Amino acid sequence: MHEYETHDFDVIILGAGGAGLRAAIEARAMGLRTALVCKSLLGKAHTVMAEGGMAAAMGNVYSEDNWEVHFRDTMRGGKMLNNWRMAELHAKEAPDRVRELEEWGAIFDRTKDGLILQRDFGGHRYARLAHVGDRTGLELIRTLQQKAVADGIEVFMECKVLRLLRDEQGAVNGMVGYWRPSGKFVVFKAKSVVLATGGVGKSWMYTSNSWEGTGDGHAMALWAGADLIDMECIQFHPTGMVWPLSVRGILVTEGVRGDGGVLRNSEGNRFMFDYIPPMFQAETADSPEEADRWYDDHAAGRRPPELLPRDEVARSINAEVKAGRGSPHGGVFLDIASRRSAEDIRRRLPSMYHQFKELAGVDITAEAMEVGPTCHYIMGGVRVDADSTATTVAGLFAAGEVAGGMHGSNRLGGNSLSDLIVFGRRAGIGASEFAQGRSDVTIDEGQVQEVIEAAIAPFERESGENPYEIQQSLQETMQSLVGIIRTGSELEDALGKIEELEDRAANVALSGGTKYNPGWNLTTDLPSMLTVSRCTAMGALERKESRGGQTRNDFPTPDPEMGKVNFVERIADPAADTSGVGGTPSIRSITVQPEPIPVMPAELQALFEEAH
Amino acid sequence: MAEEIIRSTQSGKVTMRLWRGDEEGGDFVEYVMPAQEGEVVLDVIHRVQATAAPDLACRWNCKAGKCGSCSAEINGRPSLMCMTRMDTLDTTVPVTVAPMRSFPILRDLVTDVSYNYEVAKRIPPLAPREKTADEVEAGGYRMAQIDVERSQEFRKCIECFLCQNVCHVTRDHEENKTAYAGPRYFIRSAELEMHPLDTNDRRQLLQEEQGLSMCNITKCCTEVCPEHIKITDNAIIPLKERVVDAKYDPVAWLGRKIRNRTKKTASEAAALAPAQGPAAVMPPGGVHGIPQPHSGGTTVVVEELVDVDVNVLSDVTETPDPTSPNNPNL
Repeated sequence: MHEYETHDFDVIILGAGGAGLRAAIEARAMGLRTALVCKSLLGKAHTVMAEGGMAAAMGNVYSEDNWEVHFRDTMRGGKMLNNWRMAELHAKEAPDRVRELEEWGAIFDRTKDGLILQRDFGGHRYARLAHVGDRTGLELIRTLQQKAVADGIEVFMECKVLRLLRDEQGAVNGMVGYWRPSGKFVVFKAKSVVLATGGVGKSWMYTSNSWEGTGDGHAMALWAGADLIDMECIQFHPTGMVWPLSVRGILVTEGVRGDGGVLRNSEGNRFMFDYIPPMFQAETADSPEEADRWYDDHAAGRRPPELLPRDEVARSINAEVKAGRGSPHGGVFLDIASRRSAEDIRRRLPSMYHQFKELAGVDITAEAMEVGPTCHYIMGGVRVDADSTATTVAGLFAAGEVAGGMHGSNRLGGNSLSDLIVFGRRAGIGASEFAQGRSDVTIDEGQVQEVIEAAIAPFERESGENPYEIQQSLQETMQSLVGIIRTGSELEDALGKIEELEDRAANVALSGGTKYNPGWNLTTDLPSMLTVSRCTAMGALERKESRGGQTRNDFPTPDPEMGKVNFVERIADPAADTSGVGGTPSIRSITVQPEPIPVMPAELQALFEEAH
Repeated sequence: MAEEIIRSTQSGKVTMRLWRGDEEGGDFVEYVMPAQEGEVVLDVIHRVQATAAPDLACRWNCKAGKCGSCSAEINGRPSLMCMTRMDTLDTTVPVTVAPMRSFPILRDLVTDVSYNYEVAKRIPPLAPREKTADEVEAGGYRMAQIDVERSQEFRKCIECFLCQNVCHVTRDHEENKTAYAGPRYFIRSAELEMHPLDTNDRRQLLQEEQGLSMCNITKCCTEVCPEHIKITDNAIIPLKERVVDAKYDPVAWLGRKIRNRTKKTASEAAALAPAQGPAAVMPPGGVHGIPQPHSGGTTVVVEELVDVDVNVLSDVTETPDPTSPNNPNL
C-alpha cells in the first residue's frame, strides 16, 4: 500500500492560468469549497506569455463595433467550423468580463477619453483588443491571481495530476497526483472538476508554449471517457523568433503588425499582397498605399493583408521561405523600424524591444526582425456544452485552450484571453451547480493504488530509456511530419513513429528519487504528450481537406462536406485498457469519426449574408 | 513536404559548475558540455538534464523572460537563467550557477519561495471608488493614461523574487521575514497607493506590519530587477515620504488622494514621471558575498547532445564547500 494525503473539496479546478483562476473565483463567489491545483507556481502559467490583448467589442475606439461583428469575425476566422453558440456567448459577454477585471485591479492602456484603449489585430474588423502594452497576459494573470488570493481560494502549487478518478457510474469524483517538490502522492476528492490545463505545444520542436503545455487535460479527459474534437486544428503563429536557435519559436506579438509592422521577403517585397484569399478579398487592401491609409482611419482604406487571420499569414510565410525568398535563418523579415518612431516602438512594444535586444542582439527600432511560424495553440480540444462547459462525462467541465469548439479551425488573435474569462466564469458556474446537486463522493482505493504503482515503476527498472530522448524524438516527429503543411503518407509515417515511442516510453528507467526530479516529471508527462500527438495525427489524416489550422498538401482546398463535421476522438472503454504508458489506456485504443457540428440558427446565419 | 530540422553548430566546450544537493547539504558539480551558438544559461542546463543529469532540479516555464521562474545566482549575480546569454559570460572559466540564497533549498537550483506567497496574502486588494454617472453610462471607469503610468510600471513585475532574494534586510537576517514585506510587495503597495481608483489608506500597514522603515535604500533590488523597474526611486522612496507625511499631516495625504483623480499640475506630473537613474552597476564580486567560482567538486564531461558519454574526471571533494549556499557562515 502506497501512502498519500487526501484533500476534500466541492470544486477542484485543475490549472491556474486565466481560465482556471476565473473559474475558481466564480465557484468561490457561489459559496463552494473551491481549490486550484497547478503544475507550476501560481502566476507562472502560460497565460502570462500572451502579449497583444483580449478581444471584446466594447466600442471604445470604433463605436460601430458590436457583438454581432465580433461574432462574425470569429466564425469567419475559424472557417465556420466553430461551435456557433460558444462564439455567440463569447462575443456577447467579453466586454463585461474585461470591465470587471478593471474593478479587480487591472490597469489597461487608456484612450484619450480615459476609457480602455483597444488595438487592431488580424481578422478583427475594428480595433478591439484591450491591452497593456505587449504584456496583456501578465496583466490578466496577475489581476486574477490577486483576486483569487484576496478571496481566500486555496491554491495547491507544483502539483502534477496523473489521472482523474471515477465512481461506479463513471462520473468524475477526484484525481490523484504528486507534489513536485517532495515527490509524495496526493488525492483530491471533488464533486466536480474543471479542466483548465491549456494546450499541447510542447510536442513540437519549435513552439511558443512553456514546458507545461503537454496536453494533460486533453489526455486525462480522454482517459476518463470524454470526447475530444478537431485535434488536428493546430495554430502555427506566423511570427515566432527564428534566431538564435535557442530562442526559435518564442512569440513575437501580432501587435507588431497591428501597430504598423509589415512583412517583407529577402527581395524587400511586402509579399502578403500576393496571398489574399478570395474569402477576404473584399475587405483587404490591394496596394501598400491603401493599406497604409487604414492604420490612421479605417474608413480611408481597407485592411492591410498582414492582418489577415493567422493561418493565412503563416502559410504565406512558409511559401515564401520554400520559394527561396526567406531571411538568412529560414524566416522572413518583420519590419516596424522603418514604419514607426523609435519612441513609439519602445512605448507600445516594450517586451518585444527587450526580448530581441537581450536574446538576439537585435534593436527592433533600427532593424527588421527575422520571424517564422511557431506552434502556438490548439483549437481542438475537449468537447463541451457551450453554456455550462460540461464535457461528455458527468462531473467534468473544461474551459480555455483545453476545450474545443470556440475557435473552429483557426483562432483569431486576442480571442484567447477573452475566451479564458468568458468560459472560465461559465465553468465555475457549471461546476458549482453540478456540485450543489451531488452528495459526498467516495474514492476507489484500488484506482489510486494502481496509478501510484505505475508512476513509480520507472525507478524499479535497472536500465531502460531516457525520457528526454523520447521527448526529443516525439518533437522531431511532430515538427517534421505533423507540422504546418501535412500529407497523408507523412501522417501515416508519424502515427507509426508515435506508436514506437509509446513502446519506448513504457520502458523508461530513472534514478535520483521522486523529490523534485525533472526526469520523473517529464516521464509522467509523456503519456499525455503521446496521447494528444496521436490524436492530432489521426485527426489530420481523417480530415481530407485544408481548413484553418489543418493544411493538407494532398487536399489543398476546403471541402464543404468536411466543413459540416467535427472529427471526434474517444476511447470506448478506457477503464478496460491499462496497456499504455504508466497504466493509461494505450494510444492504439483511440478511435476517430466525423459527427455533425451544431447548426447555426437562421438569425445568426443572416449576419453572414449582410453586406459589409 | 517534411519540415527540415535545423541543428545547432557546436564549437568548443563550456564548463557549467552547478550546485547539487538539498536541505541537508550538497556541493558544486562541474559538467563539461559542447558549446553552441546563441544559447542562454538555461539552454545549457537543459542539455545537462537531457544527458548527464536527468534529475537535475531547476524551475522554469516560459524561457522568454516573462514568467520569472528560473531565478538563480549566476557567477554570483542574481539573474534569470533564460535571459542570461552564454556569450556575455567568461566561458574560459567555469560558469557557476547556484540557487537563490535567501530562500530554503528544496533541491539543486530550486528553492522554497513560499515566503513571498504568504506576504502576498496580507496585502489588501484594490478597493475602487464608485463609478460616476458618466462612467456608468460609458460602461467603465475613466482614467487618464498619465495617471495610470506609475502603477503600470510596477505591474510589469514578473515575480521572479530576485529583489526579495537580494534585499539584505532579509538576506542575512531570516528573523526579519516575519515583519518585512520586501521590495516586490512594496511595489505592489505603491501600485495600489498610486492607483487612481483605490480608496484604501495603506500607510499604517506599511509602517507597522510590512517594515517599510527597515529598508535603507541600498537599491540592490533595483539593480537586479530584470524588468528594470525603478523599485527604490519610484516606489519605496515615495512610499516612505507618504508614510512620514501621514504621521505629521493627514490632510496632505487626503489632498494627494483627491488630486490623483483629477488633472495634475505640471510640476506634480513631472514629479510622478519615472526616474531616469544611472544604469545599475553591480559591485565587483557580486552582491553581498554570493559564492564565486572556485575549483573543486565533481566534473562530468558530456561530449554529445544525445549520446550520453559521462566521465568522472576528478573525485568528489570530501571537505565541505566553503561557498556552498547552505554554509551558515555566509
